[in-house]
Amino acid sequence: MFSKERFASFFATTVSLLALWFSAPLSAQLQIEIVDGVEGALPIAVVPFDFGNAEVGPETPLHEVIAADLQRSGLFDPLPVEDMIERPARPPEVRFGTWRLLKVDYVAMGRWIPGGDGLNGEIEYHLVSVHSGRTLFSRAISAGPGVFRLRAHQIADAIYQELTGTPGAFASRIAYVKVTGTGTDQEQFELIVADSDGHNPQTIVRHSQPILSPAWAPDGRRLAYVSFATGKSNVIIQDIFTGQRETISASPGINGAPAFSPDGRLLAMSLSRSGNSEIWVRNLETGRMEQLTNHYSIDTEPEWSRDGRHIFFTSDRAGRPQIYRVRRDGTGIERITFEGDYNSRVSVDPVGGLLAMVHGGGAIFRIAVLDRDSGRLRVLSPGRMDESPSFAPNGRMVLYATREGERGVLAAVSVDGRFRQRLVLSDGDVREPAWSPLMQ
Amino acid sequence: MSIALRTVSILVLAAFLGACASQEREAPSEPQPEPQPRPSEPVEVERINPTDYADSRNLDNPDSVLSQREIYFEFDSSAVRREYLPLIQAHAAYVRANPSARMLLEGHADERGSREYNLGLGERRGTAVLELMLAEGASRNQIEVVSYGEERPVCRQSSEACWERNRRVEIVYTAR
Repeated sequence: MFSKERFASFFATTVSLLALWFSAPLSAQLQIEIVDGVEGALPIAVVPFDFGNAEVGPETPLHEVIAADLQRSGLFDPLPVEDMIERPARPPEVRFGTWRLLKVDYVAMGRWIPGGDGLNGEIEYHLVSVHSGRTLFSRAISAGPGVFRLRAHQIADAIYQELTGTPGAFASRIAYVKVTGTGTDQEQFELIVADSDGHNPQTIVRHSQPILSPAWAPDGRRLAYVSFATGKSNVIIQDIFTGQRETISASPGINGAPAFSPDGRLLAMSLSRSGNSEIWVRNLETGRMEQLTNHYSIDTEPEWSRDGRHIFFTSDRAGRPQIYRVRRDGTGIERITFEGDYNSRVSVDPVGGLLAMVHGGGAIFRIAVLDRDSGRLRVLSPGRMDESPSFAPNGRMVLYATREGERGVLAAVSVDGRFRQRLVLSDGDVREPAWSPLMQ
Repeated sequence: MSIALRTVSILVLAAFLGACASQEREAPSEPQPEPQPRPSEPVEVERINPTDYADSRNLDNPDSVLSQREIYFEFDSSAVRREYLPLIQAHAAYVRANPSARMLLEGHADERGSREYNLGLGERRGTAVLELMLAEGASRNQIEVVSYGEERPVCRQSSEACWERNRRVEIVYTAR
C-alpha cells in the first residue's frame, strides 16, 4: 500500500538529491519532479551495496541511483535507507520477517568484488521476494571507475524487467535543446545529451542560430539534427563521443526532420528542394537519394516503422495536418489519423503497437497515443502547448516538451497516462527531447 | 550565373555612381584641394516622393509603403490577405527598378503545433509572397525564401495577440 510517511521521506530524499544536482559546479542539470503518482506502486528495498573497504567506489552510491530510477518509473515505492534495520548483501543474510514488518515485497542488494588490479571488479547483485522467500535472480556485472552509474542503471533495468515483465529503460540517454537568452541577438541554442535521469548533461553543439529535431541513430552514438548555423536549415549528423560532424543535407529550401532507419543505414528527411516539403530517404553509405512523396502539401516529420518497411509522416494534403503512412518504395500512401483537427510529429512505439503524436487544434496541443489495433486515441498530457513526443526505448513512457509560462520544460508520461513526471532545468528554455536506444 | 549577374550589376552600379560622383566634384566653381565624398547631400530639403518605389530612400521613409516589411497570416494558412497587395506591389516595383537589390523572404509561424510542420508552413508563406512578387514582375534571382518556422518569434506569450504577430513573412533586403 501507499504510505504517506514513506512518500514524504522519499520526497525528502529526492529533494536532497535535487539540492545536490543544484550545487553541481558546471552547468545546470535536470531536476526531476514527480507530478502524478501511481497508487499501488510495488514496495521495494534497495539496500546500500557493500563495498567493504574498497578503494574505488561510485560517486553516487549505487542504491541511490537504482532506487531513484525505480521510483521515477512510477511503478515502485522504494523504502528509505534510514528505515532499513538490516543491510544484507547476499540472499542468505536476508531475514524475511524483518522486511515483512516493514511491508516491503522485494529486497535488492549487492556487493563489490574487487578484481586483481584494485580498480576494476564486479558488482554482484540479487533480488529476493519477501513473500515467497525465493531469490529471483543473482547476477554479476563487471564495473570500474567511470561506469558505476551506468551499471546502477542496468541493475535497475534488470529489477524492472524481473518485476514488470518489460525491459527497463534507465540505461539510456536523452537529447534535448536548451535555449538561453532572449531575442535574436542574445539567444544561444545548445544540443545537450544527458543520462535518462538528467545526470551528466553534455553540450554537444552550441550556436546562436536555431537547433532542432534531434534524432538518435539505433547505435546510440550518432545524433542527427537540424542546424541553422549557416542561416538556413541543414541536416547534420554528429558522433556524440568524438564530436565529429557531417552535413548530410544542405539543398535549397528546407532540410529538416531527420529520422534514422531501424538498421541505421538510411536517413529519412523532409526536403523542399523540389519546391515544397517532401519526404526523402538518403542512403548514408552510398549517398543515393530517393523521393518518397510528391504532393503540393507539406510532407514532413518522417518516422520509420519498426520493421523499416513503412514511413509514417505528417501531411496536410487533406487540408489539416494528419498522420499518413507510405511504403518504403514510395507507394501505398494511406491516412492513419482521423480524429481531431491536428495530428503531427509521430513517434513510433519501439515495442508495442502505439503511435504517439501531437494532437489538438485551436489553442490546445497535447500528446496523444493511438492504439492502431483498436483505433483508440488517448490523450496523455494535460498541457496546452505540448509537443515533440519521444518513446522510451521500452515503450512504457513518452517524453515530451511542454510550457510553463514562457519557458519550455520536459515531461514524461506513462503510456497508460497514469503517471507523469516533470524534468526542469534550473535555467533556460528546454525543448525537443529525444530518448535514445538502450546503451550497452 | 546569378553571382556573375550580381557582380556585373554591382560593377555597373559602381561605375554609374562613380560617374555621378565625378560630375558632382567637377561642378563647384572653387577648386578644392582634397575632394572628399560627402556623407550626406546638403541640398536634400526637397521632399521624397513616397510613391516613388524605385527610390531606395523610401525603404526608410515611414510615409512610404516601402518602409513596411511584414505580412501577417491566419493560423495554419499561407493565403496572403488583400490588404497586403499594395505593400507587395511596392516592393516588387523596387526590386524591378533596382536590379542589384536582393530580397530575403523570411517565413515564420506561431508556436502552435509541431516545429517541423511549422518550418513547412513558414516556407509556404514565404513562397506565397514570392509568387505574388514574381507576378508583379520581380525577378526570381533577386528573391530568396527562407523559413524559420516557429524558431524566431517576435513575441513570446501564448496568446492570440502574440501569435498573430509571429505568423508572418518578413521582407529583408540583403542588398539595396
